[in-house]
Amino acid sequence: MRRVYLDYNATAPLLPEALEAAVPYYASVWGNASSIHHQGREARVAVEDAREQVAQLIGADNPFDIVFTSGGTEAVNLAIRGYAYGNRARGQHIITTRAEHPAALDTCRALQQCGFDLTYLPVDGLGRVDPEVLAKSIRSQTILLTLIHGNHEVGTLQPLATLVEVAHAQGVPVHVDAVQAVGRVPIDVAALGIDLLSLCGHKFGGPKGVGALYIRRSIGATMQAVVHGGHQERERRAGTEDVPSIVALGKACALMGQRLADEGNRLEVLRDRLESEAFSRIPEVRSLGKSDDRLPNTTNISFAGVKGEALVFNLDLLGIAVSTGASCSSRQGVPSQVLEAMGVPRQVSEGSVRFSLGWGTTDDNIERVLNVLPSMVERLRMLSPLP
Amino acid sequence: MKLPIYMDHQTTTPVDRDVLEAMMPYLTDQFGDPSSRSHAWGWAAEEAVDRAREQVASLIGALPEEIFFTSGATESDNLALKGMARAYQEQGRHIVSQQTEHRAILDSCRRLEQEGFAITYLPVDRDGLVDPEAVRQAITPQTILVSIMHANNEVGSIQPLAEIGKVVKARGILFHSDAVQTVGKIACQVDDLQLDLMSISAHKMYGPKGVGALYVRKTRPRRLKCTPLFDGGGHERGLRSGTLNVPGIVGLGKACEVCERVWRDEGERLTRLRERFVAGIMQGLNYTYLNGHPTQRLPNNINLSFAGVDGEALIMGMTEVACSSGSACTSTTLEPSYVLKAMGLDDALVHASIRFGLGRWTTEDEVEYTVQTVVSRVQRIREMSPQYEMMTREGNSRPG
Amino acid sequence: MAITGSGYSPIVIDHFQNPRNVGELSDANAQASVTNPVCGDVLQLMLKIADGRIAEVRFKTFGCEAAIAASSLLTEMIQGKTVPDVQDITPEMITAALGGLPKVKLHASALVEEALKEALEHYGASHG
Repeated sequence: MRRVYLDYNATAPLLPEALEAAVPYYASVWGNASSIHHQGREARVAVEDAREQVAQLIGADNPFDIVFTSGGTEAVNLAIRGYAYGNRARGQHIITTRAEHPAALDTCRALQQCGFDLTYLPVDGLGRVDPEVLAKSIRSQTILLTLIHGNHEVGTLQPLATLVEVAHAQGVPVHVDAVQAVGRVPIDVAALGIDLLSLCGHKFGGPKGVGALYIRRSIGATMQAVVHGGHQERERRAGTEDVPSIVALGKACALMGQRLADEGNRLEVLRDRLESEAFSRIPEVRSLGKSDDRLPNTTNISFAGVKGEALVFNLDLLGIAVSTGASCSSRQGVPSQVLEAMGVPRQVSEGSVRFSLGWGTTDDNIERVLNVLPSMVERLRMLSPLP
Repeated sequence: MKLPIYMDHQTTTPVDRDVLEAMMPYLTDQFGDPSSRSHAWGWAAEEAVDRAREQVASLIGALPEEIFFTSGATESDNLALKGMARAYQEQGRHIVSQQTEHRAILDSCRRLEQEGFAITYLPVDRDGLVDPEAVRQAITPQTILVSIMHANNEVGSIQPLAEIGKVVKARGILFHSDAVQTVGKIACQVDDLQLDLMSISAHKMYGPKGVGALYVRKTRPRRLKCTPLFDGGGHERGLRSGTLNVPGIVGLGKACEVCERVWRDEGERLTRLRERFVAGIMQGLNYTYLNGHPTQRLPNNINLSFAGVDGEALIMGMTEVACSSGSACTSTTLEPSYVLKAMGLDDALVHASIRFGLGRWTTEDEVEYTVQTVVSRVQRIREMSPQYEMMTREGNSRPG
Repeated sequence: MAITGSGYSPIVIDHFQNPRNVGELSDANAQASVTNPVCGDVLQLMLKIADGRIAEVRFKTFGCEAAIAASSLLTEMIQGKTVPDVQDITPEMITAALGGLPKVKLHASALVEEALKEALEHYGASHG
């Protein structure tokens, strides 16, 4: 059975070049990067080289503004908690959106329980924040805006330049959860003036277990660490550096940086083909969050009259991996929080399936899906009592 | 013999070949996320994680559901201390620990002090050991947690954890140990030590960096509460959010499995090598002292003070041997070892100290070579040292 | 062959891929349409009861894979049986006949049992 993986927004396979770069650091150059002997120094060089590679991908002027973490979730936590607790004396109001990833959403909720005041901005039908609504929601006690760029469910890209400008005009720093965007679309933190940016390795071909937080120099001084103990990462994140994973992350950043434009186009073509063919071969489908400002690899399609979950299960039986945000087994059994925030009706949400492509996706993969999807949808529709 | 000889196994270890082999499938085509509930890649990843959980549990005598994966022992220590303190602060705001803990514990304690907790840092004796009686006396009605490391990473002294456990549990208080240096190396069973929480690090036991675990005892009638460090997705039953580092976890599991098989024999072999090492040094040099308890110590740990010698200079000059002074976490700042100071060594001897950590593949020849190298270097340094000349002329016995 | 680490038995997969008795009955004399308000599953069950036996049964389900499989299995379970035979069917029996279900999917058996009960009530009501 030919297996097809189209769930890159959940996780991606590791780029072979990245693995190759990492392997020596498991058992040949295994030193602790903080050790002063030769083994350690070699490891240290590797870590700093990787730091530069990460910095370059996101347009950070200074590699030292990159802090390695254990992943995207930790980076987001460090950004939001670290900044909020460090600046609490100046104010306790934080602004975010209703369409965030659980990493930011849950963190904001936790802060709310600890006395912070949270505003969850609405998003439009495409998942975007309105700069005017943002402007009106800023108060004198607002200390941070955190928003996701590259929505995990539908791929929405925010009008970052405008939003950052609005926030900065009123003295509010901005954290961008770019976990799904880094390595897929160009990002330039220096040009955009972004203050904090979270990324992780394993969405675009880097390794699991490592991520990074970009912290603009001027705001870093006030931040508090979340993980203490030891002077690693210049006191911003303690713990022995995971050298092989950091090396792999650096390599993946370098590779994707080179291929960004081409790969973006390639994925967009594949994704658009999947979408348009699905539309032409299957009646009563809609694309959620479809716009020009969308990750090139993501399409979220709702099929009327079927449960997305059943479709996903059926696809897996044929070796095709996709996902749905809405399932009986998803958290608290609620259909997707993001889709709800976008005003997607519940039934539409329940019929949605997310296809997310990546570096290993081929024409054949898309062909295979298109071959089986129409009849599969028809079969499930015939099973249904609904009109 | 390959140079340099790696004698720094307390700081980190190379990944065992069997461990890397076990990890490989998960670094290549088995790349799924265990949280993906909707397809075979995810389920395969979940299976691998479940297996690793069993392997870790088996090594320490725990249940698989008591193992929570983290990014390493530093995070586990942070989670144990801050997580428990914040969860149980209604019941009290006092924690008992001790002065030679790893920075991850001490800095977490400092952070908690900022949040209004009171921490007692118990002293240690000349060998670096905590007195169980001192623990008993330090406990108050406000105490909610006691955290004592199993063995010290710098001097290797193994704490009397079972006795301390008895004292702590007699008062019904939560007991945590940073067992990073002992898991998979010496007998380390959560029931024997009466632990409620234990921190584990993969890269100290021939597993990969970037992964560790926190053991949390499944208590009845109610499970222990623990406030997580990170939010977002509720992974690891809400205790530790974040996509699981499957290859790392698989590596940790395999490392535990290997250790479970070999730790006794390995311990004996390393103890013999350690004794030869120390004997060789003592034969070749005087005014040289072994720090830490002479016998109740990690099989592979040797920490020596060479009077009249600057430890840093010795290390830097000895390029054929990779070792360390103090712990890696402090090496970049050149702070004197707070562990040795807590043990009562005076500054001069603290600065004259070096730690050697033997490992799974350390050979007798490597020990021989290292001893010879150290002896000759120390002798050379001392020859040129006015400090040393003065000291021997005055016939000083071991100071402080 | 698919790997099913999801907790589904081959029976569930079979009923999902090859559901039995799909459709409607124009001459049904017992029927029900039930909805699970939490996850929105809908099951329409139609029976033709003759001489005290369930002569024909058809179902249509809008739901997840467990709901579809459970519905199909139920029709197989009750086809040809007498009303007394089937009126004591419980959700647990359905789950067991499916070879088990993950905990989060037990509602599928509950929904199916509810449909059966309602259909039988509907029959009982119109047949004294």
